[in-house]
Amino acid sequence: MSVGAPRGLASSGQKPIAEILHPLSAAEEPLSVTVSRGGGGDKSTQDSGLTNGTPVDPSSPASTSSLFNRLQLDDDLEADDVRHLYVSTETRDLFVTVDDPKKHVSTMETYITYRVSTKTTRIEFDLPEYCVRRRYQDFDWLRIKLEDSQPTHLIPPLPEKFVMKGVVDRFSEEFVETRMKALDKFMKRVADHPVLSFNPHLNAFLSTKDLNKRQALALLTKVGESVKHVAGGYKLRARPAEFCAMGEYLDAFTQKLGTIDRIAQRILKEQSEYLTELREYGTVYSSWAGSEEELQRPLEGVAGCVSTCCSSLEDQCDNMSQDFLPVLREYVLYIESMKNVLRKRDQSQAEYEGRLEAAILRKQEDRTPMPLEVEKCQDKVECFNADLKADWERWQSNKRQDFKQLLTGMADKNINHYEKSQAAWESLITVLQDKQTEDKTSKTN
Amino acid sequence: MAEDGKEESLATDDESEHTAADSLNYTMVEEGSTLLRRMEICVAEAEKRTGKNSVNMQETYSVYLIETRPMDALAEGRNPAPDSLWRRYSEFELLRNYLIVTYPYIVVPPLPEKRAEFVWHKLSADNMDPDFVERRRVGLENFLLRVASHPVISNDKILYHFLTEEHGWKEVVYETGFQAKADSRLRALSATFRVRNPDKRFMDMKQYSDELQSHTSQLLRARARVADRLYGVYKVHGNYGRVFSEWSAMEKEMGDGLQSAGHHMDAYAASIDDILEEEEHYADQMKEYLSYAEALRAVCRKHELTQCELEMASQDLISKKQQREELATGIVRTFSFKGMTNKLFGQEAPEQREARLKLLEEMIVEGEETVKEKTLECQEHVERGLVDMQRFKEQKDKDLREALINYAVMQISMCKKGIQVWSNAKECFLKM
Repeated sequence: MSVGAPRGLASSGQKPIAEILHPLSAAEEPLSVTVSRGGGGDKSTQDSGLTNGTPVDPSSPASTSSLFNRLQLDDDLEADDVRHLYVSTETRDLFVTVDDPKKHVSTMETYITYRVSTKTTRIEFDLPEYCVRRRYQDFDWLRIKLEDSQPTHLIPPLPEKFVMKGVVDRFSEEFVETRMKALDKFMKRVADHPVLSFNPHLNAFLSTKDLNKRQALALLTKVGESVKHVAGGYKLRARPAEFCAMGEYLDAFTQKLGTIDRIAQRILKEQSEYLTELREYGTVYSSWAGSEEELQRPLEGVAGCVSTCCSSLEDQCDNMSQDFLPVLREYVLYIESMKNVLRKRDQSQAEYEGRLEAAILRKQEDRTPMPLEVEKCQDKVECFNADLKADWERWQSNKRQDFKQLLTGMADKNINHYEKSQAAWESLITVLQDKQTEDKTSKTN
Repeated sequence: MAEDGKEESLATDDESEHTAADSLNYTMVEEGSTLLRRMEICVAEAEKRTGKNSVNMQETYSVYLIETRPMDALAEGRNPAPDSLWRRYSEFELLRNYLIVTYPYIVVPPLPEKRAEFVWHKLSADNMDPDFVERRRVGLENFLLRVASHPVISNDKILYHFLTEEHGWKEVVYETGFQAKADSRLRALSATFRVRNPDKRFMDMKQYSDELQSHTSQLLRARARVADRLYGVYKVHGNYGRVFSEWSAMEKEMGDGLQSAGHHMDAYAASIDDILEEEEHYADQMKEYLSYAEALRAVCRKHELTQCELEMASQDLISKKQQREELATGIVRTFSFKGMTNKLFGQEAPEQREARLKLLEEMIVEGEETVKEKTLECQEHVERGLVDMQRFKEQKDKDLREALINYAVMQISMCKKGIQVWSNAKECFLKM
């Protein structure tokens, strides 16, 4: 089992292109890569530039040929699903980073763009490196495209689209920074996904200079697609136990996240109030020092230490609100995405069961063979179930890594703060005690 | 802060060195045999009692056990049982009031606070609370140690009786008649009067005492608010403990790590209680100096009072002498009613003038005595006051520096605990 070493799921700290590890010998062992290819398996027979198991066809993601491909995928999956889950760093051959936010002012609007840098050895890409600028809209476009073309897969979430104009400053450094980290996370999750990363829309997103034309198309078709997915209206009979368990887990997990969010916010509030009082406390020592002679230095020393503790604490608070809380909240979105996928799965199962029932009734009357439609539905359901299970495992593994990192980061920040404070107080003691021994020796002399 | 009696012998050695070296400055004070060198003192216990008070109502109060042992017995290696007696807080107050009145040029060590002040929310403001009683016990012991190691007041007989005679002590104190002096002192201290030539050193000290009072009380207030907030921060982390525990039940691989981390969060939340308890000791040290500021101020005010009395007595003497001159020479320099009535009703008879002159002479003699007395009183107060204020200043600088060092040590200890807990939690997170 090729378990991913820490997969560099850092949500903070953008790596400039220069620092992205150049993938070595990725071409030899694209195990996870081949598995996700449908039909034929031989890259050379596919279209140059855009190879993927699924043809780019926004109108019917569940077309026959794609299903056939997916069935193949399914078989492969049985044998290699474990390898399929984890993309080890050695075999990773697509690296994407989002950084460098810039403000653009035009007559119509003001908006931010981000630099999306890609490094890859995949032959689906014409060049080994790309650098394009994208705005939030473009990421949204990509997300919608992925959802439509890969309806049985979990698409990672984007940060919130709409922000209340009066409440949040869309152009503040903090907001932009937080959003950028979330977009970077999104891209990395997509790039690490064995199926999604081969989606031609992703390729276009990463490589095309100007997305505008495709965007226009997307806007038109967007409405139609979302309507399509809502429609159905079949009732689900019996959800398999494992999917029930998933749903329950997600509900419980949402609750826990909410609690953790509240606790974190409370801590932030208490810490801010503590900081305010601590600052005031420090100034008392300073002003007292003014009326003392012998004690002036010790008192000022204490004031200095308190001040050091204050600035360290300030850093910790900033980190809490800019790194910890946003990541936590973003997970809620991730859970929502997962729930959506579960719902879609339920729907396709319901559709299948409905059609099957209808077909059976008809069969009993006419003795006609099982219609192709029903078979297609069955295929779709099985496909969905398999993809979902794989994505679920991946999601669980990601979640584990992400939270391990998040909580470890929180612990580190706390340790950092205490270490800085301790150092400050220790140096003060050295100064004070030196003076004491100085005084004692001068007295005895 | 004065150390425990057992270790005090070392401190008094220093003190005697000190007094020997600076004997020029200590002409007023007999060299070093403070009470504490002869006797080991401690306030060992506290107990609750009930009884009838002065208005015949039942009340509950605490009493404190004072134990004393002769130093020479200890030096010889014997370990005799201590003599002991019980005293309540009001008796300590009486002793201190007596000392203040009897030694107005001494910055008399203060008692621990009567009521809990500068409390942050968790601390009880209840006088019967065991933590408060315990801290008061320590404070009372500290008071006795300071008093008994003072070069001047440690030799006081009343103090000695306080420590050795349980019954009848109160009567002995009242018999000294200090109460009358105490009342007049209170009246004088609260009165406003104008002093023409106060000693600058005392005025500066008075100014300093106001500043010291202001700063220490600001510090205590700010510290209490900080403690309150810090308590909140730590305690909220306890909620992490609970939610991690609940969450761990839902997880497979992450479960153990989360569960253990949760325990560490609980430990973190619990650790603040001890931390803040220890910090109370620092607050007590500050409170002592807050009260000391008042005592210092009183010495300065007493100077103003004696100086003012001297000035008044001098002024009175001058005017009496002037009156005599006028009577003797017949020349009226200044306006007087006698002069007016003489003009209006004619001069008085020579016998009357003689009688008045004689009276004036007597008054002048008295006045000169008074001025002499007051001058001496003022001088003594200035000399002794300066000596003790210097002693106080050095003690204050030493004590507060130590207090600040100890505070820093406490902060370091708190940081270390924090690092420990979070490192443990981090290990658990890494195992998730």
